[in-house]
Amino acid sequence: MNNLLSMILGKRGLGGVLILAALILVVLPALMGIDELNLAGRYLSFAFVAVGLVMAWGYGGVLSLGQGIFFGIGGYAMAMFLKLEASDPESTSIQTTPGIPDFMDWNQITALPWFWEPFNSLVFTLFAILTLPALFAWIIGTAMFKRRVSGVYFAIITQAIVVILTILIIGQQGLTGGVNGITDLRTLKGWDIRTDEALFILYYVNAVLLIGAVLLGMWILSTKYGRILIAMRDREDRVRFSGYDVANFKVFVFCVAALMSGIGGAMFTLQVGFMSPSIIGIVPSIEFVIFAAVGGRLSLLGAVYGALLVSYARTMVAEAYPQLWLFVIGGVFIAVVMFAPYGLAGLYNKYLQPRVDGFMSRFRKPEAPVSKTLDAPTTESTEVQR
Amino acid sequence: MGDFSAQDLMAIGAMQGFAGLSFFSVLLLMALGLAIIYGQMRVINMAHGEFMVIGAYTTYMLSGLVSSHAPWAMEFYIFLAIPASFLTAFLFGLFIEMVMIRHLYHRPLDTLLATWGLALIMQQIFRSTFGAREVSVSLPDWLQGSWRPTPMIDIPISGLSIMVLTLFVTVGVLWFMYRSRWGLRVRCTMASREMSGAVGINTKWVDRITFAVGCGIAGIAGAAFTTISSTGPTSGTLYIVDTFLVVVFGGAGSIMGTVASSFVIAQGQSLLEFFIGSSMAKVATLLTIIVILMIRPQGLFASKVRR
Repeated sequence: MNNLLSMILGKRGLGGVLILAALILVVLPALMGIDELNLAGRYLSFAFVAVGLVMAWGYGGVLSLGQGIFFGIGGYAMAMFLKLEASDPESTSIQTTPGIPDFMDWNQITALPWFWEPFNSLVFTLFAILTLPALFAWIIGTAMFKRRVSGVYFAIITQAIVVILTILIIGQQGLTGGVNGITDLRTLKGWDIRTDEALFILYYVNAVLLIGAVLLGMWILSTKYGRILIAMRDREDRVRFSGYDVANFKVFVFCVAALMSGIGGAMFTLQVGFMSPSIIGIVPSIEFVIFAAVGGRLSLLGAVYGALLVSYARTMVAEAYPQLWLFVIGGVFIAVVMFAPYGLAGLYNKYLQPRVDGFMSRFRKPEAPVSKTLDAPTTESTEVQR
Repeated sequence: MGDFSAQDLMAIGAMQGFAGLSFFSVLLLMALGLAIIYGQMRVINMAHGEFMVIGAYTTYMLSGLVSSHAPWAMEFYIFLAIPASFLTAFLFGLFIEMVMIRHLYHRPLDTLLATWGLALIMQQIFRSTFGAREVSVSLPDWLQGSWRPTPMIDIPISGLSIMVLTLFVTVGVLWFMYRSRWGLRVRCTMASREMSGAVGINTKWVDRITFAVGCGIAGIAGAAFTTISSTGPTSGTLYIVDTFLVVVFGGAGSIMGTVASSFVIAQGQSLLEFFIGSSMAKVATLLTIIVILMIRPQGLFASKVRR
């Protein structure tokens, strides 16, 4: 355990994580009112997905255009629990069938569907949030990677799965809330999640979990497994011929990404108070990739900044000039992919870090050059990637 | 299904089958372009749907132009619209290849992302230029009728014309790929880029022209699309996932595979639509394709090219 800690904290990453932690735990709450903080919390819940994508796409070479699936599973699981709590028999007594969610009543459903039943229990719900996305990812991943479906094919198939999921959710209105989603969520075990105080607490829960996710990612990448992952991304055949089962590694990293996305989805539901198919469709699923790409596909920390920056840019541009937003995001996406494939973190490593290091070394003894992110050693090696 | 008599089922089969054929035609026109682009340079063009929309808007503008300046030509403008749509999409594709795609070869996943960015920009251009509302073209009279071989079966002429068009385009693509000098170069580059370069084929131009032709065919799909549906800025995105699955399912790079898979997918979906509703039909079709792709990842007709 000691060894593990020193691995995370010692050699690299600590500086960056501390800066991020200071930003989201101290600076943002200090500067922002509760509404703005809630907005920031919403963006940080997207950051989970982006961090997962850095793991899967940046390091594992598994580009999923379907992370909305897992974000959605986590989010819907949480929403189902909250909805059941919100629809107790007293508050729904005007319905034909009291005690079931309102949208079911509107759709002439008279009994709670079987798959809603377990979500009466908070323990099961939390368990489901942590396991269902990973389980689903395991099924998809095993089916695909064992058959050596990868790259572009995998991306397209995950996108098709997103399409299937959204069609199902929208089509089965009585069971899922349809296109409006599951709305009007009020309390968590009697605790009103809509008060300022609750939003503040939820923001902190979200932020701490996010930092946990980043640390988890860093730890995984610092192990031998992380090395193999990178090797596999760059030369899959060689790793396979060395006797590793490449598919298992891909499945694992895909499951980790799914787990993170699921947690993000649940935190999104808690902070925003609803969940709907518009959050998980094709377009949002690709937006998650944009977050990771802008932040830097090889930087777990960059992904968080990417999610924050792109989401804020969207809010600002879309409010001021709604027509401009698609131009901006499209242009940014093209520019990042073409000119800065490693995103902001890549730019930082290339241009800023040498100066920062030089600046720091003036004050320090020369033996402690600070390396802020994991990227520095790997960026070079991926430059020659096919 | 018990409520239907045998005759009803026949008629339903015929009409849904025919509706499927129209869908098949548009899907095939879209997929052909995508298949030759993907087969040639392993580039996934997420903006392919938007190239289709370019074709559709070209047809729309042309129909507006003709009806205001030369009403007498309304009967025939569609024959002009098809080459015009092809040309617009072709030129735009050429431009995009030169400024964007050629910098991204060998990074297939990145092309996918960059072209998605392009698709977003193009959608917004459409929205700013033509408005967010869907537009439809005024069809010449002879396209609007329908053909009724029996009292229960009603087949629109526009669908028939699209099928004829698709037939021509497919034959044209097959000729282009397998009988022309260009096709020879294209197939040569597909088989081995280095060797083709070594024997004097300008592989860069082969890429460029192939990409542009692929986009041009999407433009034709757009012209055909206007006759069966109205066009909006986001019409293209509705088709893009389907089209990709068609290409992947058919076996990338195989034109006959693309034809076969778009036929199977369109017919399957269209027949299912009648019995379980359009959204569930779509779910069932997509699921089936995914399951089949798990069993046979190389698709129906795998091209036997060593990579």
